Amino acid sequence: MQVGTTEQHKQGRGTFREGDKIFANRLGILEERSGFVNVISLSGVYDPVQGDTVIGVIEDVSKMSWLVDINAPYPALLRVDEVPWRVEYGETAKYLNIGAVVVVNVAFINEARNIEVSMKGNHCKKVEEGIIVDIQPSKVPRVIGKNGSMVSLLREHTGCWIFVGQNGRVWIKGDDDKMSLLVEAIHKIEREAHTPGLTSKIEAFLKGERD
Amino acid sequence: MELIKDGKRLDGRKPDELRPIKIEAGPLHRADGSCYLEWGGNKIIAAVYGPKEAIPRHIQNPTRAVINAKYNMASFSVGDRKRPGPDRRSREISKITSEALENVILTEMFPRAMIDVNIEVLDADAGTRCAGITAAAVALADAGIPMEDIPVACAAGKVGDTVVLDLMGEEDQEGQADVPLAIAPRTENILLLQMDGHLTVEEFDRALELAMNGCQQIATMQREALMKKYQSFEED
Amino acid sequence: MNISSIKKDYLYRLAKQGKRPDGRATSEYRPITIERGVVNMAEGSAMVSIGNTTVLAGIKMDLGEPYPDTPNKGALSTAAELIPLASPDFESGPPRENAIELARVVDRGIRESGTINLEELCIEPGEKVWVVFIDIHILDYDGNLFDACSLAASAALLDAQIPNERFEMGENRPLPVQDPPISCTFVKYNGTIVVDPSLEEDEVAEARYTVAVDKNGDIRAMQKGLSGSFTVDEIRQSIATARQMAPTIRKILEG
Repeated sequence: MQVGTTEQHKQGRGTFREGDKIFANRLGILEERSGFVNVISLSGVYDPVQGDTVIGVIEDVSKMSWLVDINAPYPALLRVDEVPWRVEYGETAKYLNIGAVVVVNVAFINEARNIEVSMKGNHCKKVEEGIIVDIQPSKVPRVIGKNGSMVSLLREHTGCWIFVGQNGRVWIKGDDDKMSLLVEAIHKIEREAHTPGLTSKIEAFLKGERD
Repeated sequence: MELIKDGKRLDGRKPDELRPIKIEAGPLHRADGSCYLEWGGNKIIAAVYGPKEAIPRHIQNPTRAVINAKYNMASFSVGDRKRPGPDRRSREISKITSEALENVILTEMFPRAMIDVNIEVLDADAGTRCAGITAAAVALADAGIPMEDIPVACAAGKVGDTVVLDLMGEEDQEGQADVPLAIAPRTENILLLQMDGHLTVEEFDRALELAMNGCQQIATMQREALMKKYQSFEED
Repeated sequence: MNISSIKKDYLYRLAKQGKRPDGRATSEYRPITIERGVVNMAEGSAMVSIGNTTVLAGIKMDLGEPYPDTPNKGALSTAAELIPLASPDFESGPPRENAIELARVVDRGIRESGTINLEELCIEPGEKVWVVFIDIHILDYDGNLFDACSLAASAALLDAQIPNERFEMGENRPLPVQDPPISCTFVKYNGTIVVDPSLEEDEVAEARYTVAVDKNGDIRAMQKGLSGSFTVDEIRQSIATARQMAPTIRKILEG
């Protein structure tokens, strides 16, 4: 579907160009911002960007590195010199075994989509408790909210710790009962991501005013 | 059997008329994108998984994603039970469907990856390959796969010496020609074209015109189905 | 399938308190819906959902020779396809062990409860009988395929007509079917047993147990699966739960 022309717009995300016409390349919501025409995805896999903080699951362990599932089309490499521990050769599994959950930064990504992650940045750590809630990566901005407003709301009403990975994995930690409520709330945000008045709906839900 | 009587077909349609079509985007819970399609007596379900790392590794392409469409007929979808699993016909359809879809998908965005497109024919009444492509295209859009266009397919053919749009079961069996067509509706570029039977060049032109027209009508329904899934969603 | 260690820990912790991740009680089933006659080309069909799990069963019939040891009876064949449409973990191709076990457990419940009157499907003893094919397609996998497939197969049989017309043998008539079995599946993890496992419960399950009961509450088929074990008491308790649950499910099935 045509969404603009190069005379009027700059070609933004989620679009492609033919001659002077700009077309949407996916199903999404049209957005015009600073002269760019963007199509914001409503669905789709996580497309990693350098600098993203994501939640990964160790899927393979070798002598000098780990392979991490970051919910992208490709697994990412985590080298022993990118973790906060001094790991002796061949002792990788002692620190992170298959199934272990980690918060990592996307440190490197090239044209061929080779991805490397690091545990040396902010927030990075091994996840030892709590649960991971999987949501559609396209819904991540809604769960975070404007300037983190939704996350604050969720925290305030459940008392749980919440960390939203850019790759659609949300780490929560708290009382089991509070966590169940929080999981429901997160899925509600995901389902109703593009409906108006989302924040007040979620607030009502958390207060027990069920709809 | 008289396939055309007083300008009307067995099911009462005019030669240039489609069968009733119903499209639903995203009915499946597990898939990344999905579509349920009813088209005349056909019932088709399509599911998309990916893009994900292509496995086994030797099928990976370092510069683009591989499209892996699988067309499968349920054993109970036809008159005499079909043996489960792929036969030569379904393998051929899987191949040409993969190729047709690959044309519009921006595969270079996902090197070394694979996109699985599973098409299941639950109930068959002629034209299942076209219905399969049409459903797969909606499932791909539902999965957020970047594409230049949403492909669409429809057949035309010749029955009772008349060129007609969208053959149903009896017309397919007793007819004189069948021309399945898939296009990218924006450019009307042809993504899939097959033909069997006997047509004059003029009849082929007419069949192509009918099928093109049918495709455009269905393309509108595909878009409506996708919109409907998100109709309650507005920017706030 | 790679389940993260903390998800497993969470399920284990809940299990210790007798809780489940979706808030159900250990002996609580998810909602069941059944839609009959969905496939025109089939002799009978049914789409069954248990929660988000959806399967479609279709019945086809053909003429064939009886088995030598049952010359007066029609034949039954059950197959399940774990088609890749339903889950990223299913692969295309010929049925693997899991699909074969699934089909055989469904088949056993139906066969042993005498659901189909196979004598009535004999046309010429020793020569010609009806062969009933039950084919089950998994469309959406969110746990507990055994019960979903069993219900779909039974509902499709109840919906089926003998296709006499297609074989020019007179008029179609209903397939002689009565009192199908009700199958109940349990899984065990971290010492807790739950009925109707969801996908995440299937993923952490150490042992699985399926029991099919008839309308009198008698047992007609069982299958214990996976590498974990059950105590005798656990099996007895599961049978009791299944017998309690069966009449409600039967009502939905016979609708």
